[in-house]
Amino acid sequence: MSEERLAHILRDSLFPCIQCGKCTGSCPISTVSPHFNIRRLLYEMLNSEGEEIAHTKEMIWDCSTCTTCVTRCPKQVDPSDLVVSVRSVLVEDGQVPPKIRDVLKSISIRGNPWNIGQEKRSEWADGLAIKSIADAEVLYYVCCTTAFDPRLQKIAKALVRAFNRSAVNFGTLGNDEVCCGSEIRRMGDIWSFDALKEMNMDLFNQYPIRQIVTTSPHCFNTFKNEYAGLSIEVYHYTQLIADLIKKKKLAFTGELNKKVTYHDPCFLGRQNKIYDEPRNILKAIPSLTLVEMDRVKERSFCCEGGGGRMWIEAHETTKRTATVRVQEALDTGADILATACPFCLLTLEDAVKSGELEDRIQVLDICEIVSRVIG
Amino acid sequence: MSKKRVGVYICHCGVNIKSTVNVDGLTRFASTLPHVSVARDYIYLCSDPGQELIRSDISEHRLNRIVVAACSPRMHEPTFRKVLRTSGINPYCVEIANIREHCSWVHRDTALATRKAESILAATVAKASLLEPLEEKEVAVIPRALVIGGGIAGIQAALDIADTGYKVYLVEKEPSIGGHMMQLDKTFPTLDCSACILTPKMSDVGNHPNIELLTYSEITDVKGYVGNFKVTIKKKPRYILEDKCNGCGNCISYCPVEMPDPFNMNLSKTKCLYIPFPQAVPACYVINPHYCRYTLRRECKQCEPVCKDLKAIDLKQKEQLLEVEVGTIIVATGFDTFDPGLKPELGYGLYPNVITGLEFERLSSASGPTTGDVTINGVKPKNVVFVHCVGSRDKSVGNEYCSRVCCMYTAKQAHLIKEKLPEAQVTVFYIDVRAFGKGFEEFYDRVKQEGIIYRRGNVAEVYRKGEKLIVKAEDTLLAQLVEVEADLVVLAVGMVPRADSGEVNNILKLSQSSDKFLLEAHPKLRPVDTASDGIFLAGCCQGPKDIPDTVAQASGAAAKACIPLSQGKVRTEAQVAQVEEALCRGCGFCVETCPYEAIALQAREVAGQQQEVAWVNEVLCKGCGACAAACLSGAIQQKSFTDEQLLAMIASLGETYE
Repeated sequence: MSEERLAHILRDSLFPCIQCGKCTGSCPISTVSPHFNIRRLLYEMLNSEGEEIAHTKEMIWDCSTCTTCVTRCPKQVDPSDLVVSVRSVLVEDGQVPPKIRDVLKSISIRGNPWNIGQEKRSEWADGLAIKSIADAEVLYYVCCTTAFDPRLQKIAKALVRAFNRSAVNFGTLGNDEVCCGSEIRRMGDIWSFDALKEMNMDLFNQYPIRQIVTTSPHCFNTFKNEYAGLSIEVYHYTQLIADLIKKKKLAFTGELNKKVTYHDPCFLGRQNKIYDEPRNILKAIPSLTLVEMDRVKERSFCCEGGGGRMWIEAHETTKRTATVRVQEALDTGADILATACPFCLLTLEDAVKSGELEDRIQVLDICEIVSRVIG
Repeated sequence: MSKKRVGVYICHCGVNIKSTVNVDGLTRFASTLPHVSVARDYIYLCSDPGQELIRSDISEHRLNRIVVAACSPRMHEPTFRKVLRTSGINPYCVEIANIREHCSWVHRDTALATRKAESILAATVAKASLLEPLEEKEVAVIPRALVIGGGIAGIQAALDIADTGYKVYLVEKEPSIGGHMMQLDKTFPTLDCSACILTPKMSDVGNHPNIELLTYSEITDVKGYVGNFKVTIKKKPRYILEDKCNGCGNCISYCPVEMPDPFNMNLSKTKCLYIPFPQAVPACYVINPHYCRYTLRRECKQCEPVCKDLKAIDLKQKEQLLEVEVGTIIVATGFDTFDPGLKPELGYGLYPNVITGLEFERLSSASGPTTGDVTINGVKPKNVVFVHCVGSRDKSVGNEYCSRVCCMYTAKQAHLIKEKLPEAQVTVFYIDVRAFGKGFEEFYDRVKQEGIIYRRGNVAEVYRKGEKLIVKAEDTLLAQLVEVEADLVVLAVGMVPRADSGEVNNILKLSQSSDKFLLEAHPKLRPVDTASDGIFLAGCCQGPKDIPDTVAQASGAAAKACIPLSQGKVRTEAQVAQVEEALCRGCGFCVETCPYEAIALQAREVAGQQQEVAWVNEVLCKGCGACAAACLSGAIQQKSFTDEQLLAMIASLGETYE
C-alpha cells in the first residue's frame, strides 16, 4: 500500500524536477537545519526505492510546510506534498517520533492535539457570555491551540471584544468544537484528517451558519482549500475586521503611538494571498506607524510554526528561524512585531524571550492591538 | 463525360503500411471495386519510379481517375497532382486514401487493419469516380511588400526585398528604426559593437530608393489576400516635419520638459522634444505628446519659434491615415523582455541595484546614461552577481521555453564587467549553461578563464542585509546553501511576446503557439510561413532567437516574400465553394460563417424574381467548407467535397461494414 502510494508520487509529480535548487535555496528551514535539503531528498526519491528513503530520513519532520518552495518552483513540482506523502507512509507504518505519536493519539481520543479534555475547551470564554452558534449567524472558530494556550486565549478574548464592539452576530461551538485537522494532515495522518473533516462538516451543517471566521490562518486555509464540499464562506478574522473598519462599523476610541512591523504568516499570505487586509487594519489605527521589514508578503520568512512543528523540534538545528525574523523586525526600529497567527505569535514571542529582547520589542497579534484602541 | 477508368495504387511506405496491412490482399480487393481498371501496390509510390508507374499506366490504360492509398494527403497530395498534370489529366482527379496515419500506424491486428484499409479504399474509390476536373485561376500580384517592425529582423528583410528590386514599405511603431539591437552594447560571442554593425544597415534603409520608411506608424487594417493586400497605416504626429527637420537639434535646449528616456530603459532623462538616439533613422526629432505642455494643455510652445528658418516644428500636426497596396507581408514585430517584478523574490523594483540584462546593456554602452561606466549611483560595484533563467523555463510565470540568448548575453556581460572593473568579483548562478551556437562554447570557456565563478543553482532570493544585498541560492553541486554579497545584481531576463502586438496579430489573423509567440506554418519545413498565404514571420515575434538567427530568418522570409512578387501571379484555390442560386434563399448564414469574408449576398433574378443570393469571391475563398456545412438548403457545395461525393463515400462505408 505505502509502496504503491510512493510510486504514485514519484511517477506523477517528481519527474518534471530539473534539480535547479530553487526549493532548497528558498527553504527557511534549510537556513537553520542544513541537513534538511528538499531538492536532494527529491533526487534521492527519484533514484531509489522510495520506501527505503522514507525510513532513513528523520529530517522529514523538519519541514514547516510553509510552501515557499512550491510557489517558487519553476516546474510546478510540489515538494511540500512530497513531505506530507512521505510522512503519511511513516504514519501508516507506525514509524513516527514519540511527540508526533502523542499528538495523533490525542487527536483520536480527544479531538484536539493538546491532550486536554474537551470539557475544558471553552474555559477561556468564562464570563464573556458568548452565544452558541445555534443563536447566531457567524461561527467564530476558535482553534485548539488558541482555546487551550493561556497566552493565545488573550487573542480570542481580544477578538471577542472587537466582534462585540462592532455588533457582529457571532457564536461558537463551545466544547463541541473539534480540531480542523490542518496540522494533523501535514503530519501525514491523512486518515485522521478525513475523519476530522467529516466530523466538522456534519457539525457545521447542523446550524444555519452564514460564515465561518477563524483565529488561525491554518484553520482558515484548511477549511477554505481542503474541505471539498463545504459550502459556507470562510474568512480569516483580519478580513472581517478590515471590512468592519472600512464600513465604519468598528470605530477606534484610542490611539497607539508606536512603530509596528507586520510579519506575514505563511498560511495567510503566501498560501492565500491575504497581504493587504492585516496592513489596512494597522494603518487605520490612530497614531500607529507601520514600518515594513525587508522581506514581506510573497518574500516573508517562515517562523517554523507550521506543518506539525509546534509539537516537534527540527532534527539537527543551529538556531530558529523565528530568531532571524525577530532580528529583521528589530532592524526596522519597530516597538511591536505584529502578526495574525497563533503559531507565529508563539514562535516569535519565544524568540524574543530566549534572546532577552522583551524590553526592545513586543510580539502582539493584530487583534490584540485592535482591542487596545476600541475602548 | 467518358467512361470512368480508375487506377488504384497502394503504397507499402517501406514497412510503415505493409507491416500492418496486407497489401497483396488489399490490391486484390481494389481490383474488384467498380470502375477500377488497374490496381497495383508498390514499395514507395512517392519515389520517381513509383510516380512513373502511375504515369505509364495512365497512358497505357487510359486512366482518368487515380486513387493513391498511402499517407496523409497533407504529405503527398501535391506530389500526385503533379503526376496527373504531367500526364495530361486534370490534377484534381486524384484522391488520397490515408491508410497510414488513419490505419497502419494506429492498429496492430493485421486482419482488422486490412479490413479497415479496404473500407477506406472502397469509399475513396467511390468518391474518386465522381470527381470533376477543376480549374485553377490566377490573379496578378502587386509587386510590392510590407514589412511590419523596424528592428534588425525588419531591417534585414526590407533590405533584401528592396535589393531584389521590389518596393518595400517598412512600418515602425517607434520614431526610429533599430529596435532592441540598437540598445545593446557588445554582441556575443564576437564582441562587435552592436550599434556599429547595425547603423550601416539602418542608413541603407534610410537611403534605399526601393524602401519607403514609415516610422512612428502602425498598421490599423489589412484586407485582401496574397498578391493583393490593402493596408491602412496610421502615421502618428511627430509634431516635427520629417521632410523639413535637418536634425540640427537647436530646439532641444528650449524644451523645458524632461521625461524618462525609454532608449536608456528609463535610467536617465531626456527632453520631451527629443531624438531617440544620435544615429536615429530618420534623423528627425519628435515630441512626446504625453509630456509636452502644448499638446497636454496648450501651454509653452517655446520650441516653435526657434526653428524659424526651416519651420519644421508643427505642434498642430494631426495623425494621418495612409493606404498602400502590397503583394506580400512580413511580420517582424519583435519581443519584450520579461518583467522580473513577476518574480518578487528577486527584489527587482525594490532594490535599485537589481537590474535587468537590457538595463545593464545601457549602463555598459558608451552611448548610455553613464557613457559606459558600470556604476550604481556613481559607485563602482565590487561584487556582481548574474542570475540566469529569469522568466524563462519557468511554468510558474507561464513561460515554459528557454529564451536561448540569456546564457550567452550573461557570459558577455560578465566579460564586460571583468574588462571594465578587473577587481570585481563576478559570480554567475545558472541551472544549465546552453552554449549551443557557433563560437558559443569557446566564448564560455574564455569567460570562465577570465576568473568568473559559475555556480550551479537557481537563485532563490535576493534580500538586504544592512547596506549589502545578499543573493541566496543552493549550490546544487555542493548541496549547500550559499549567500553571496552583491552590490550589483543583473537578472538575465528572457524574451516574451510583445504586450502591444495583439492588435497586429488580430488584424492579420495570426495564430499563436502555446508559448504565445506567433505560429509558423510548419515547425520544421515552413518556419517562416504562416497559415495565411503571403504573410511571413521574421525574428523574435516567432520565438526567442539571437541576432544571427534573426538575420538568417529575416533573409529567409524576404526570399519567401519575393517568390509571389517575382512570379507576378498567384494561383487561387480550386476547391472553392459554389452556389446553386436556385436553391439559395438568401438567409446569409454562410456570410456570417465564412472566416475569410469571401461570401456576400447579391441581388439576382432567380426564376423570374429579384432576390438576394449568396455569392462566393473565389479569390478569397480558401475552400475550408464551413459555408457548405452551414448552408441549410444545400445551396452551397464545395468543389471536390460535394454532397454527392461525400454521400457516395458514406454509402460505401455502410456497404463494406454490412
